[in-house]
Amino acid sequence: MSESIVEIKNLRKEFGELVAIDDLSFNVGKGEIVGLLGANGAGKTTALSILLGLITPTSGTIRIFGRELEHNRVEVLRRMNFSSAYTSLPSNLRVEENLMVFARLYSISNARQKISELLELLEISHLRKRVSGRLSSGESARVNLCKSLLNDPELLLLDEPTASLDPDIADKVRKWLRQVQRERGIGMIYTSHNMRDVEEICDRVLFMQNGRIFAEGTPQSIVAQFHEKSLESLFIRVARSGDVEVIGEEAK
Amino acid sequence: MNGRVILGLVLRYIYIIRRSVPRIIEMLFWPMLDLLVWGFLTIYLQKINQDIPAAVTFLLGAMIFWDVLFRSQQGMTVSFLEDVWTKNIINVFVAPVRIREFLAATALVGLIKVTIIIVALTTVAFLLYGFNLTVIGWGLVPLFANLIVMGWGIGMVTTALIMRFGQAVEMLAWAIPFLFQPLSAVFYPVSVLPSWLQPLALCLPSTHVFEGMRDVLAHGGFPMHHLLWAMSLNVVFLLAEAWFFMWMYQSTREKGYLAKLGTQ
Repeated sequence: MSESIVEIKNLRKEFGELVAIDDLSFNVGKGEIVGLLGANGAGKTTALSILLGLITPTSGTIRIFGRELEHNRVEVLRRMNFSSAYTSLPSNLRVEENLMVFARLYSISNARQKISELLELLEISHLRKRVSGRLSSGESARVNLCKSLLNDPELLLLDEPTASLDPDIADKVRKWLRQVQRERGIGMIYTSHNMRDVEEICDRVLFMQNGRIFAEGTPQSIVAQFHEKSLESLFIRVARSGDVEVIGEEAK
Repeated sequence: MNGRVILGLVLRYIYIIRRSVPRIIEMLFWPMLDLLVWGFLTIYLQKINQDIPAAVTFLLGAMIFWDVLFRSQQGMTVSFLEDVWTKNIINVFVAPVRIREFLAATALVGLIKVTIIIVALTTVAFLLYGFNLTVIGWGLVPLFANLIVMGWGIGMVTTALIMRFGQAVEMLAWAIPFLFQPLSAVFYPVSVLPSWLQPLALCLPSTHVFEGMRDVLAHGGFPMHHLLWAMSLNVVFLLAEAWFFMWMYQSTREKGYLAKLGTQ
């Protein structure tokens, strides 16, 4: 694997008696797209939030770009970015205004040119003067992506970026992500409930259940390992059984 | 502190206000309404009792001074709430923004709002009621400054509470400042309060500011004694409030509430 930009070791997060993340360890290489898969409550959003510095872990170490996250939060965040289907940009601002604000927050020089380039890349130059609240969900998703690429991140965290998008736009978003990953060598951590997304875009998948990784590999190798037809059928089996030990034994 | 980041956040709040007619109206509507009510009340008081001509200046002055404190707090907390309401707060917190830069930006927004409101209120108060706030002289600046700082402190507390307990407690943004109003002796002297309550009232920076304002309006001069008290208490309060904010912020991160804020 190429040089690791994310190194997580023995990560644990407890919320009272609930163990949301249990001894989680994984790395993400430069330019690698890693998918975090799992049913609701598996711990993927908590893991993503910890990586973003929104949640403090109970124990374990997180190093991003070789730096310990908790004590170098701002320096690390400057080199990464985030996009989620569950956040939005202020609805009464124009697209351009929203992007200008974030360009300042990320201390981007030559912000106007950068914004123009990204709007062009994502084929939304025509939305520049539009009010964000009047965009369709597909357009909003693209504007969110535009915001997440403003600082030329080396690591991009994507929380269900294609949720609520129609198949056509979802397909385009996946292609854009692949394109920017190829052209810029961005490492990505990608959570999704859309197995097609994961199969198509992820180099490696971490399948989570009860805060732990129970399967890891390429989408194809995981499907083969568990003798399933697709990631989706494995997902359903895990979600319904809940007992990954049994499923793991059966796979042997 | 990165000035560019602070200006970026301020710019975002200015965009929001500039693009929203209801927000512009809201910013000026309540202060103006207060001014009209208190202005007419003082005129009435003057008519029924010719011996209290200073009532106009006391009441209108108190109303404007109170608005400085209240709007300074509001500027800070509502700026934070704007990000929560628009589901943008997570985007801000995962950007390379230090918490002190975020607080500085919201404080600056509070200051901008206060400045706009004060200019509007003093102009209208002068035109309608002949009330000239500048008779207080240079003492006006530190008196206002102390109220603004106290408003920032209360703003930090209300923001921290909303961050920790979520949008369910957002009405605290409007309620908490008014907890300080009776004790701050805004519209009456401290001596009106029960004797057991007076020492407690004098622990608030705002009480000294309002006492100072009344002193200057009644006798002129510079309210040095009250200002020194207000400044000293503000330092103590601000340190305690900043500690409370950081404590709440850390607790919010530990319990995972920050990640949920504004996404549900």
